[in-house]
Amino acid sequence: MAFLDYAPAPESTSILSLREDYRLWIGGEWVTGGGEPFASVSPSTERQIATFAYADEGDVDAAVRAARAAFRDTWGPMSGRDRGKFLFRIARILQERARELAVAESLDNGKPIRETRDADIPLVAQWFFHCAGWADKLDHLGLGAAPQPHGVAAQVIPWNFPLLMLAWKVAPALAAGNTVVLKPAETTPLTAMLFAEVCEQAGLPAGVVNLVTGDGATGAALVRHPDVDKVAFTGSTAVGREIAKALAGTSKKLTLELGGKGANIVFDDAPLDQAIEGIVDGIFFNQGQVCCAGSRLLVQENVHDAVMDRLKERMATLRVGDPLDKNTDVGAINSSEQLERITRLVDRGVAEGGEAWSPACELPQEGYWFAPTVITGVEASSTIAREEIFGPVLSVLTFRTPDEAIAKANNTPYGLSAGIWSDKGSRVLAIADKLRAGVVWTNTFNKFDPASPFGGYKESGYGREGGVQGMQAYLKAGER
Amino acid sequence: MTSTSAALAPAERAVQLLGSDLSEVALRQHLEGLPAVDAVGLEARAARFGTRSIKTTSKAQALDLAIRMIDLTTLQGADTRGKVRSLVAKALVPDASDPSTPRPAAVCVYGDMVGHAVEALGPAWSAGKDDGINVAAVATAFPAGRASIEVKLQDTRDAVAAGADEIDMVIDRGAFLEGNYGKVFDEIVLTKEACRRADGSYAHLKVILETGELFTYDNVRRASWLSILAGGDFIKTSTGKVQPAATLPVTLLMLQVVRDWERLTGERIGVKPAGGISTAKDAIKHLVAVAETCGEAWLDPKLYRFGASSLLNDVLLQRQKLTTGRYSGPDYVTID
Repeated sequence: MAFLDYAPAPESTSILSLREDYRLWIGGEWVTGGGEPFASVSPSTERQIATFAYADEGDVDAAVRAARAAFRDTWGPMSGRDRGKFLFRIARILQERARELAVAESLDNGKPIRETRDADIPLVAQWFFHCAGWADKLDHLGLGAAPQPHGVAAQVIPWNFPLLMLAWKVAPALAAGNTVVLKPAETTPLTAMLFAEVCEQAGLPAGVVNLVTGDGATGAALVRHPDVDKVAFTGSTAVGREIAKALAGTSKKLTLELGGKGANIVFDDAPLDQAIEGIVDGIFFNQGQVCCAGSRLLVQENVHDAVMDRLKERMATLRVGDPLDKNTDVGAINSSEQLERITRLVDRGVAEGGEAWSPACELPQEGYWFAPTVITGVEASSTIAREEIFGPVLSVLTFRTPDEAIAKANNTPYGLSAGIWSDKGSRVLAIADKLRAGVVWTNTFNKFDPASPFGGYKESGYGREGGVQGMQAYLKAGER
Repeated sequence: MTSTSAALAPAERAVQLLGSDLSEVALRQHLEGLPAVDAVGLEARAARFGTRSIKTTSKAQALDLAIRMIDLTTLQGADTRGKVRSLVAKALVPDASDPSTPRPAAVCVYGDMVGHAVEALGPAWSAGKDDGINVAAVATAFPAGRASIEVKLQDTRDAVAAGADEIDMVIDRGAFLEGNYGKVFDEIVLTKEACRRADGSYAHLKVILETGELFTYDNVRRASWLSILAGGDFIKTSTGKVQPAATLPVTLLMLQVVRDWERLTGERIGVKPAGGISTAKDAIKHLVAVAETCGEAWLDPKLYRFGASSLLNDVLLQRQKLTTGRYSGPDYVTID
């Protein structure tokens, strides 16, 4: 056996004690849903993990009422200091159960255990710790003395970072004094259910967090519910637009974190070996199913070949396969629908003149898989340079001058993320200033921190999550 | 800073890459034109290798490979003939409880101990052949390198004459930090020439950069490239006398340099981290870095070595654990 075919090193699933059927978690009780329960499968095996209750309009109403009651009776009146205690307790339990959560997330989402263990779950705990610290310091958020929570927050999250997106939504909402009703994505509800257990363990008062599982109709019912004060959504631009329309003319506050088509710009003086790592992290992290993925590589023409040679060599060392194997770099695509979308867009890209390349890798028979792919010869007008693929597919464009790089990077309806690779500090600062993107990474990519605001320009949404701005989104200025 | 345009000693690789009128200025421009290194990114990549989980058959393979790559080393002022004999004995029989244990690649000693090492090895001495154990000698006023070039060359010639198969030279870090790349280059070229034996063959030349005294990753990349241009067969991180010695990021960077050199010229240069690698776990991280950076071709004692002394026993303990299924203890491996 060649050394690089590392012997299997699977993480054991014995740490999990999952139920066969999960119900809705409303008002601190596990309740049966009104709709037909649905199954969640493991994307790497297509095997069923568990069934989940389907929340219909009645269930959503019950959840909002439970959240309202908790806001009125317990969580709203509670001091910031005491809310902070609950959040710190939740953060600690999340750390204690980190391995279990990492395994569950990997199983349900298809992402590699290396990522859930080293990125997702540590960030989840970090987010709760960070927001817990804000709970008794709301006066210092720049909203004047005694800012007030909105009330009941309706939150709808995507499947690409199930528990992390829950943390981004729930932690600041609770720290600010809101109560929440959250709908996890249809294909990845598992860790939200484990989070309910964590809340029970922490003794969180009933109704402060309510979890309703279901599909798009459930989410639509939730954000449209008249007694909701604040809506936070992360997902596709199409759905975000629907929500914005539905909420227009109401008093509901709204933040949207939507799609992206991030440009990763590599100049000829870049630290090349590190840039290659950044390109790989930018597009193959979480199989590219990241809204802020660096899915458009803009590389200066005079280093195009050098970058491509190195990138292909590096891609050949990526290990695609069992997400629970500790040596896996690229896991399974989350669903057959997503796989179908990726395949369709790549075919389109090739039909429009792009040249697709993937390293030789054996994909498993069962499950949803797409080999890491780079498409060269892509022009700014190509479909795959404009549409979000949300998969492990990198479109490569070239540029000649800094101005051309800026123009091409900004030539997209989106504006979530961008990356700059250059050893020249003055250039990095000058370019970053001109990029219309909510996050600009320089000489790194896909780094997240609870203290740093994250969000988009243009069709990538509005509002920020994380940092002071992320807290402000869940508060209004105090009345004098 | 001194900068002259005086011609440098001809070295085949440098002539091919930079042209026949080799000058200090040309050398400087070449070295300073190498791609920059981003420290944060380099260290993050190195840390990633540590998260690979190398188990069962892969681990067994890695442990044996690690032993075969060790330059078993003693470099003390207090070294005696007895100490060298003891070191050689350990190299010949690393684990008496398991005759299938491979032998290390070389024993590494000071120049005046080369004769004793050769004698103690007896028929197991490779004497330039492919099988057997090599004798490596540190030379050129190791570890500081603060001596005249004549002294450094004589040091090298003595070791080669006594039978050294490999010479571990140190570069002049002072000259390098002054920006006097030409002086560093010339010394390597001359030392390489001093490695020539009477029959026209050469002892293998490992060039020690002493990365702990070069301070920046950009310097490490330039010094690595410079050493290869001047004719080094191996680039080696450290003497083991200066901290930090062989960190994984530094070693990774040197691996990237030899990979780039192969891409450019087709020629394979070896890398030797030395100092600070004392556990099997560390060694395995290195092997992962080697394989994932340069490819499996580099998983060969001809192209990768560990300069170490205590590493061998930890690898042997891990090897015993794999064979017997239980951990023993330090009393179940022999000291040298």
